[in-house]
Amino acid sequence: MNGNNDMSNSEALVNPASADRARSSLIGRMLRMRETGLVVIILLLFVIMTFASPYFLTWANMRAMSMAFAVDGLLVIGMTILLISGGIDLSVGSVTALAMVVAGWLFLSGVDPWLASAISIAMCTGIGAFMGFFVTRVGLHHFIVSLAVMVIARGACLLFTGGRPLGLFTLPPEFKFIGQGTIGPVPIVIVIFLVFVVAFDFMLRHTTMFRKVFYTGSNEKAAAYSGIRTKKVIFLTTTLCSTLCGVAGIIYMARFGSAQPTFGLGLELTIIAAAVIGGASLNGGSGSILGAILGVILLSLVSSSLALLDVSVYWQDIIRGSILLAAVTIDHYLNKRRR
Amino acid sequence: MQDVILKISNLSKSFGPVKALRGVDFELCKGEIHAIAGENGAGKSTLMNIIDGILQPDSGEILLDGVPTKIASPTMAQQLGIGFVHQEIALCPDVSVAENIFMAMTNVSKSWLMDYSALERDAEKVFRQLSSIDPSVLVRDLSISNQQLVEIAKALTLDCRVLILDEPTAALTETEAQTLFGIMRDLAAKGISIIYISHRMVEIFDNCDRVSVFRDGQHIVTRDVADLEPNDVVNAMVGREIGNLYPEKRQTLSDDVILDVRNLNETTRFRDVSFAVQRGEILGLAGLIGAGRSEIAKGICKLEGTVTGEIRLNGELLNLRTYQDSIAQGIVYLSEDRKGDGIFLDLPISSNVSALKLEQVAGRFGLISKSAEETQASELGLKLNLKYGALENPVSSLSGGNQQKVALAKMLSISPRLIFLDEPTRGVDVGAKSEIHRILRDLANEGVGIVVISSELPELIGVCDRVLVVREGRISGAVTGDAMTEENIMCLASVMKAEAVTQ
Repeated sequence: MNGNNDMSNSEALVNPASADRARSSLIGRMLRMRETGLVVIILLLFVIMTFASPYFLTWANMRAMSMAFAVDGLLVIGMTILLISGGIDLSVGSVTALAMVVAGWLFLSGVDPWLASAISIAMCTGIGAFMGFFVTRVGLHHFIVSLAVMVIARGACLLFTGGRPLGLFTLPPEFKFIGQGTIGPVPIVIVIFLVFVVAFDFMLRHTTMFRKVFYTGSNEKAAAYSGIRTKKVIFLTTTLCSTLCGVAGIIYMARFGSAQPTFGLGLELTIIAAAVIGGASLNGGSGSILGAILGVILLSLVSSSLALLDVSVYWQDIIRGSILLAAVTIDHYLNKRRR
Repeated sequence: MQDVILKISNLSKSFGPVKALRGVDFELCKGEIHAIAGENGAGKSTLMNIIDGILQPDSGEILLDGVPTKIASPTMAQQLGIGFVHQEIALCPDVSVAENIFMAMTNVSKSWLMDYSALERDAEKVFRQLSSIDPSVLVRDLSISNQQLVEIAKALTLDCRVLILDEPTAALTETEAQTLFGIMRDLAAKGISIIYISHRMVEIFDNCDRVSVFRDGQHIVTRDVADLEPNDVVNAMVGREIGNLYPEKRQTLSDDVILDVRNLNETTRFRDVSFAVQRGEILGLAGLIGAGRSEIAKGICKLEGTVTGEIRLNGELLNLRTYQDSIAQGIVYLSEDRKGDGIFLDLPISSNVSALKLEQVAGRFGLISKSAEETQASELGLKLNLKYGALENPVSSLSGGNQQKVALAKMLSISPRLIFLDEPTRGVDVGAKSEIHRILRDLANEGVGIVVISSELPELIGVCDRVLVVREGRISGAVTGDAMTEENIMCLASVMKAEAVTQ
């Protein structure tokens, strides 16, 4: 029940300031929270799978599953914040792959792996700034700009590698440790993931900086009329999202010990789906890190369950798509009633 | 009395526990202009939505020409000859005026193909009596007031017998409103019955035959307008005596100048604008829509445009570069378009109030203190008599008047030195309106500079100590004291020379 414990820990950690208010009607508030519904669905699926497959509730499977959603979790943090500000980024999959490929290519050319990673992450920040420029200065839509960058970044991946994965067997062990090591029984990847989740969830709830992201996404013009530099906010959320792609790419590289130019095809859709299941609105102005992480966990749980149950890969996408549609529809109606 | 075309008896409608209409009776005669008055939440919209088939009543009867009728949908209402011009503009911005007008017709038409030339011909026929709008222009290129006229034209093409107009003049200038009233009288003379919903007493008393007042879902009274005084209607609406619609004006003159603006120019929007706001005074800015009133305010705050000229606040020359600078100096602008750019509808009340200067509710490292934020909102809420459930509820859960108070609370959160209020009571009911006016007077007495921009002349005259009139980007004159009349302001706003009035 490792994954489950992690969640309750992080929930306790991210809510210190609202604890006094929550005490008054804890249960009522919990029931009204969007996250509660997701937790219930996840637990339900968990119980069902425990009975359905003997391989499900094993240390190896739990570990593999949490490793799978941990790095995607970084991407979903960036995506959620970007969605709250009113933007969207279709390039996360290919920018993550490009981060991997560029760092790997630099390493193979003799650059120190840590320096190569730093350069690669900086490049992703640059890509984010590039998209932010086109969105805020030129005035194009996030969708189109990131669609173009998605294709460009994927092309660059293939260009750097000639289309073949780069084997990075010579990576020093202390570097591979980021992706493969453990502290006690807990993989480093999970630790990094939890630190990011707690930090960003806290900042999103409590800092003026991120409150401005909500204002901007809720009503950009009203935000401008409240003296908020909305273009700057959108520029920064776009840049943050791409930067987190860079971080995720490096972790993946350390974990796989290779750089794969075709990594993350279609990943952007999973990430957006997770954020939306977790309560982010494509119209901006709403969303939460905790919800989005639960969304990633749910999707990853479903994938892993389908694989364990030997469901044909052809069916898996159909089922995942249907789950997305169902989750969002249910949420839409619940939200309507809440208003 | 003439023939009754529409008769409603004992109509009730509930939304969950809320009784929106309780046994309402209503009669509409052929060819009359029948005003409906009532505060927000009195049940006017519910009744209109039932007549238009959008809502179904729980009980009661609707008789059209004496025949019991069930109006099942807006389409059916259309076929029965009922036209409804909603307050909110619902046009397609990317297609032409003509197509918008006949959008409703395509519903009824049997043909598969669009006959564009016939469309434009017919549209021109409609506009010949209404206003000079080119039917081939895209709706997005029209001003708000012209869009409103298109909405009205749209309803007129449907050969309706009953026309419902819900606050049609809210976005119109005085002249355009007068044109509309002319059209309304023509239509009534042709035998069309008009239900006219408005908060403005002057419009009701100048143009309508009868008035029905609603309060708390009940029909209070229906009378000939000739038998009533405006105060009677207002009292019936609020169910208590409102002694005076407007707060008392300022008592003493002060020479203290809060804002002093000299030779303000903007490349295209206004020229040579100079004026001063004195301590304790409420200054009005009048003028036709598009004359440059809002532009001057936004220009001073650096929200819009490139402005040159001298701006002094309390004698100190300001060099503002952005709206952030303006907020830092305590100069704020309350937008005329509340939903568009005034408030964050989906966000909690408390986050709306704190938006202008988050630093005030944040501690070290930019961490927002929830309790400081809620204290700020509840204190300002108390001051403005804001009615709300919980501070964490979204602003969309409030009525129009209370939404406007949230927007105002946002301005007050930074203890401003000067506030520009653009149409501060648009879409606000009578009760909240007079509260907002009282608040403005209190603020002025506390020494805050107040500049009110309004298209509603009685409001400017009732609230302001002095009114500046803007015409075509210049200040064409100022009126004060007894010279503050609708006639004088209209003259300055439209054609006459300034001297004729001010001397």
